[in-house]
Amino acid sequence: MSADGQIPVKPLDVPIANESRRAFLFGLGAGALVLAVGLPAPRALAQEAKKYGGDGMPGGLKDDPRTFIAIDADGTVTILNHRAEMGQGVRTSVPMIVADELEADFSRVRVRQAPGDQETYGNQNTDGSRSIRHAFAPLRRAGAAARQMLEAAAAAAWAVPASEVRAVNHELVHAKSGKRAGFGAFAEAAAKLPVPEAATLRLKAAKDFRYIGKDGRALVDNDDIVTGKATFGIDVRLDGMLYAVVARPPVYGGRVRTHDAKAALAVPGVVKVVPLDGAPIPSAFLPLGGIAIIAENTWAAIEARRKLAIEWDDGPNAGYDSAAYRATLETAVRAPGKLVRDAGDTYAALERAPNKIAAEYYIPHIAHAPMEAPVATVRITDGACEAWASVQAPEAARTLLAELLKLPKEKVTIHQTLLGGGFGRKSKPDFIGEAALLSKAVDGKPVKVTWTREDDIVNDYFHTVALERIEAGADAKGKPVAWLHRTAAPSIGSLFGPDTKHQRAGELGQGLTDLGFFGVPNLRIENPEAAAHTRIGWFRSVYNIPHAFATQCAVAELAHAAGRDPKDMLLDLIGSPRQVDPSTLAEASNYGEDPKVHTVDTARLRGVVDAVAKASRWGRTLPKGRGLGIAAHRSFATYTAAVVEVEVAADGTLRIPRVDIAIDCGLQINPERVRSQMEGSVIQGISLALLGEIRFAKGRAVQTNFHDYTLTRIDGAPAEIHVHAVNATDASLPLGGVGEPGLPPVPPALLNAIFAATGKRIRTLPVRDQLRGG
Amino acid sequence: MPTINVNGRDHAFEGNPEMPLLWFLRDVAGLTGTKFGCGMALCGACTIHLDGVATRACVTPVAAALTAKVTTIEGLSVDGDHPVQQAWKELNVAQCGYCQAGQIMQAASLLKQKPKPSDADIDATMAGNLCRCGTYTRIRAAIHLAVVKTGGAA
Repeated sequence: MSADGQIPVKPLDVPIANESRRAFLFGLGAGALVLAVGLPAPRALAQEAKKYGGDGMPGGLKDDPRTFIAIDADGTVTILNHRAEMGQGVRTSVPMIVADELEADFSRVRVRQAPGDQETYGNQNTDGSRSIRHAFAPLRRAGAAARQMLEAAAAAAWAVPASEVRAVNHELVHAKSGKRAGFGAFAEAAAKLPVPEAATLRLKAAKDFRYIGKDGRALVDNDDIVTGKATFGIDVRLDGMLYAVVARPPVYGGRVRTHDAKAALAVPGVVKVVPLDGAPIPSAFLPLGGIAIIAENTWAAIEARRKLAIEWDDGPNAGYDSAAYRATLETAVRAPGKLVRDAGDTYAALERAPNKIAAEYYIPHIAHAPMEAPVATVRITDGACEAWASVQAPEAARTLLAELLKLPKEKVTIHQTLLGGGFGRKSKPDFIGEAALLSKAVDGKPVKVTWTREDDIVNDYFHTVALERIEAGADAKGKPVAWLHRTAAPSIGSLFGPDTKHQRAGELGQGLTDLGFFGVPNLRIENPEAAAHTRIGWFRSVYNIPHAFATQCAVAELAHAAGRDPKDMLLDLIGSPRQVDPSTLAEASNYGEDPKVHTVDTARLRGVVDAVAKASRWGRTLPKGRGLGIAAHRSFATYTAAVVEVEVAADGTLRIPRVDIAIDCGLQINPERVRSQMEGSVIQGISLALLGEIRFAKGRAVQTNFHDYTLTRIDGAPAEIHVHAVNATDASLPLGGVGEPGLPPVPPALLNAIFAATGKRIRTLPVRDQLRGG
Repeated sequence: MPTINVNGRDHAFEGNPEMPLLWFLRDVAGLTGTKFGCGMALCGACTIHLDGVATRACVTPVAAALTAKVTTIEGLSVDGDHPVQQAWKELNVAQCGYCQAGQIMQAASLLKQKPKPSDADIDATMAGNLCRCGTYTRIRAAIHLAVVKTGGAA
């Protein structure tokens, strides 16, 4: 087609992405003034000791109000959100925090999205369930500082003591004189005042919160989402933009041996065919290489790609086969491996135990499959590069583009769009690197690289495959006495270091070496070797998935072997309430948090078990074919427990009438989004347990699209999901994460429920048709 | 020159009539509310109305739309206040929001054909629309709420 000249040029309308930092700092409209002038003052300097939480992240935490808040002369407050929005609601929750401390009226708050720049905004890597956990305190400080600057400016103008002026719901009020004025009246004067020192800030008492912790806040992007105006990465349109797709090596480490693009070039609308170099193993965040088609529209590019003739050299992973690999893992876990946590004498105690189990649990690779597959647009002009992308890690993207284009980092700008799902896939900026290389290949013209669903699934950074072996024993009274866990799974470290054979401490520390089982005197954890043969990447809750699946299924199995109730066995294993420093158990990163503050708190773990048991009426009598399963887990410094109710028909058809899930993440900032994250975690957990599987054969992912990589649909979703908040208003607890911790207990609770309903113990995920045919 | 009527407006089209309507809407007409999810009618992200009936734009050639009226999420209502859109907002259905345009178009089509659907009706009709964030229970609730907003009983 001759689309050239026919494409109506729509001006780039990316309100969330096109705010330049300069414009933000100096005003949003003509003549508008802003609480933001001058250079950000250097704030608290480095502390001497090891840094934890947000302070320990690259870029650290920033709390300068002039970075995050602007106030127009008409009183409109603009709050900058510096974290990626991918469905967790951060674009609503961040402004709730700032507006609350600022005493702003939320209806007069606008939200703008920060570009990727961790020097200015602090760390922006949106994963690890960190956004609110890390940013809550500094954003409160920013809001409070701006409020006090407004109060001081009003006090100076009214010639009254600053201590007598209070900001109240978007107004400055001097009660004694009855003077009051809107924020806009003093924004300019306030902007000229020094930022108060952190020690002089008057943070609100929890009882005075106006938005924090309040339920029912409407999403700031609701209007745009329901009308199709929201701008995701795939929706970016630039003048003269070209569209690209890439044929990538189907096997990790493969490369193009020969290719013939004649037929592809003949497709109308095709502009250029560009070979891209592959990355050697380990490829980290580098593009995979292959042959790219650049065209005038996406369809022409896709059609042309079909006509490419490519002969691949599959490289060293050509033999990767999931069935054979499982056998390798089975061999690995049947012999002792690297010792990573040890208490008591587990082998001897197992030997003596009258009630015992030995079980192996297998989870295959799964693909993230966000509904928006990876997509990025890049243009290069005058030695500077701009990217628009749905990316969780804008700083990593910036570093990658600077490296690929040989530009100084300051010349690379990352505009963050809304993400159509992330789940960890979009922490890896390889797809943005492709767009940069392709823009360079057409003299810097804007190029949008779209990944098709097939691309997304076969070239994912896959969730790890894992085999977990547990041997456990109980005494004659059914009390747990010994627990041996061997975990074998390729490490994400394999992306960055060749010959990585063991999970890293941070991976083992995801619900395993930090396992909160203190009621069992003999506990031993080993990590046999497992090599990677494809790209392994973070998937929502990461290694917690296999660790929790195995651990929490084994609890129920041990209970059954000892003739006990699974919940009672679980509480016995957790043991009495105590707070344990996880660094005393094993080398572990504790999600980057201070192990003396974010302890393993068994009272909180017991608390969510009790809450979910009560809410689900654990122990109730159920009709034949129905069963309840329970599981609990600590991850990302948060405690969750789930009870799943299943109904399995005689023909094996499974239905989920109800799921209860309890969460203790400490103070809930935006309870409505905590609830939605739990609902989503329940459904994603069910989906991976029942259906999720990527198999490899001849080095290639077998599944390619939603017909064979199936996901839970609405007809497979639970009839009811009930979320139970525990300690949700307790501001004295250290904050935990929310985005990920809901997922780990769901698969084991589901599998335990299936056992309760049918007597059938399934240890290999996904369940798929294992319930059929008796 | 052939034209395609989208949201009441005629768009000229002189390209390959085999081009999927999805890519015409997104890349040519600049209407990006309709999303690409799978390209095989497996996920429903691209759902539009063709003469009022929910249709997957990713497998519908432009040729099939030349004689029909196309409605996209941008044209579902003038002010974004279709009962389904209102219900979606009221219940904060969206998480990432990417699939929701397709969900809303499918739900609006369902209510046109079945003004008071049961949960089973909803599951049967909405099962073609994937949501990876897991908003399904709220989608069910929002469709029931839209019935109330339209004047029906829940």
